[in-house]
Amino acid sequence: MKSAAAALLPLLLPALLALAAGGAQAAGPALKATLLSPDPDARMDRSRLERQYLGHPGGPAGDALQVALDEGAFELQAVDAAVELDKQTADSAQAAKAAAQAAEKAGAAVLLTDLPADWTLAVADAVKVPVINIGEPADRLREQDCRDHLLHVAPSERMRTDALAQTLVSRKWSKVLLLVGQSPQDELRAAAAQASLKRYGLQVVDTRRFKLSGDPRERDLANPLLLTAGNGYDAVWVVDSDGEFARGLPYRTVLPRPVVGDAGLVALAWHAQFERYGAPQVSRRFAKAAGRPMTASDWSAWMAGKALVAAATAAPKGPAASWAKALAATPLDGSKGTPLSFRAWDGQLRQTLLLTDGQGVVAQAPVEGLLHPSNVLDTLGADAPEKKCKKMP
Amino acid sequence: MQATRAGIAATFRIAFALAGLCVAATAAAAQGTAYVSSEKDPAVTLIDLASLSVKGTIATCKRGRHIQLTAQGQIMLACTESNAADVIDPATGKSVRRIPLGDEPEAFDLSPDGKTIYVSNEDEGAVSFVDAANGKVLKTIKVGEEPEGVKVSADGKTLYVTSEVASLVHVIDVASAKVVKNIKVGKRPRRMAFTPDGKELWVSNELDASVSIIATDSQAVTGTIKFAVKGARAEDITPVGIQITRDGKRAYVALGRANHVAFVDVPQRKVTDLVLVGKRAWNVTLDKAEARLYVVNGLSDDVTVVDVAQAKAIKSIPVGRVPYGLVVVE
Repeated sequence: MKSAAAALLPLLLPALLALAAGGAQAAGPALKATLLSPDPDARMDRSRLERQYLGHPGGPAGDALQVALDEGAFELQAVDAAVELDKQTADSAQAAKAAAQAAEKAGAAVLLTDLPADWTLAVADAVKVPVINIGEPADRLREQDCRDHLLHVAPSERMRTDALAQTLVSRKWSKVLLLVGQSPQDELRAAAAQASLKRYGLQVVDTRRFKLSGDPRERDLANPLLLTAGNGYDAVWVVDSDGEFARGLPYRTVLPRPVVGDAGLVALAWHAQFERYGAPQVSRRFAKAAGRPMTASDWSAWMAGKALVAAATAAPKGPAASWAKALAATPLDGSKGTPLSFRAWDGQLRQTLLLTDGQGVVAQAPVEGLLHPSNVLDTLGADAPEKKCKKMP
Repeated sequence: MQATRAGIAATFRIAFALAGLCVAATAAAAQGTAYVSSEKDPAVTLIDLASLSVKGTIATCKRGRHIQLTAQGQIMLACTESNAADVIDPATGKSVRRIPLGDEPEAFDLSPDGKTIYVSNEDEGAVSFVDAANGKVLKTIKVGEEPEGVKVSADGKTLYVTSEVASLVHVIDVASAKVVKNIKVGKRPRRMAFTPDGKELWVSNELDASVSIIATDSQAVTGTIKFAVKGARAEDITPVGIQITRDGKRAYVALGRANHVAFVDVPQRKVTDLVLVGKRAWNVTLDKAEARLYVVNGLSDDVTVVDVAQAKAIKSIPVGRVPYGLVVVE
């Protein structure tokens, strides 16, 4: 008996070794994610990128996404997990929807969108897997048009206006002159600004429309001196989604008052000059990889990558349902000094916002001293009791 | 009116007398100097431990961070912007030499024989072994991004390094210069301390309000201590600095933005006291008698001196801008 076993051993050994080797390789299935971006993309026109308007993207979302996946390699390796990223483009909502369906069919467990609001909705409604909105700040995606599997890493419009309003309160600049552009988007964003001004008890002394124009017949609409005439304001809040008018406004007001909003002091998810909480290392890693400074849009894309890594690490073997659960539930480290997490009531990533003049970080929001019953980060954006999103459980 | 003034004067006299007593008592107990590194001043601040006041500064390299005593009693600090360590002789109060430490060094530890410096290079996501004699980089090992805390075991065979981004403690075999294990700990691990018997490694997790305890024989996490501070939210409890007493009974953990230091009973793994200190309590250092704890406050630019027996802050001393670490020479 003994000799039979001994005789068998040399035969068995290679088989056992092969089994062991196979076992070592049998890592869980990779978490597949697909990034959907528009093409053509007006935001990526050279002339726009060169302007570097605050709050506008500095380049493609894929750059920072890749940085996040690269730096997650160790973490993933430690638990034998993997993330695979695919990139697709679309030229319409319809095409985005088709690309999303194709990606889901091909095994994508998460979709990432850097698309306009309507396109993102078309994508979310076409698939069952979680969708992470990277680039669109529109409030309606978090409110009336929210979806239970739609997450947002980019701060909402209202989070940004709340951050700015809080800063004005902390400076006691309570009388605000509001200048609003002509586009429908400006209209929507001005409404968000008004809501924040109201929420924080600030006073709008006047709301005036502006227009980019050299026409002397329209100078009431175009001339900063005429637009800022009067003496009852502490700050000028400019809403300019395009950016050109806003850029020319600081130091051109009648009174020596700060400009805030889309120029002057701007509330953003990130600025490359942020000095605290390991932020310089993140900005440096990004700049090294992408060859340009890290913007707020890049931070959002980076966070989406970090969320994928966190989900894959939390559930190394999947399956898709576990990834989806982990994605929404795992707190994230955004190098802003506090753990960030998705709000249960609208899928929005709660986060610190930075107030910047483009040169450095002037302040952070939530401002110090502000209180909230559960998490002070929830003073930025729609809070749970408002029940703006009916789709969430 | 007259009576009131006299009353105030009397109160003052009592206060002065008390203060006098305090100073007299501390003067008898503490001698020596604390050296504080500062991220935004190219200088080390010197605190006289008897009077608890700043007695001078020493010019050093740029963006001083981790600071440690060498076996020869010299002060070594890593300067992230100068890519070097500065070595200061406490006897003369002068910098005696600079040792290159690779790109962006943050923290380091020394091999038991003092010949090798193990340093985290934060931007490179790497750990370097540097020859302390000539600054030659002997080995570079890729680890998770933003490596920070570095600790070598007492026998010099095993090196532990935290990666803030990967939330891992890397276990590195010194002889082969290879990562042999990655241990998952809490979010954003920063600093580490061994228990004196070397059986446990305590790791502070900045974004998890906790300390992870690793058993060094199994290289696995065997326990977690969560911190809670009345009036502070969990998100604001961001532990960084940690030191364990020589008898292994107590650990001191700085709780970052919660502005407190926690006293932890090590065998029980329980918090016994919380002491209010300055803003963003960062690194902690005990004096030789373990009677006083010096807490470096990164956001209030000062050092808080804590009387350990009373579990009470007795003084805060303004130092350089964004102070980082502190060593005591007695």
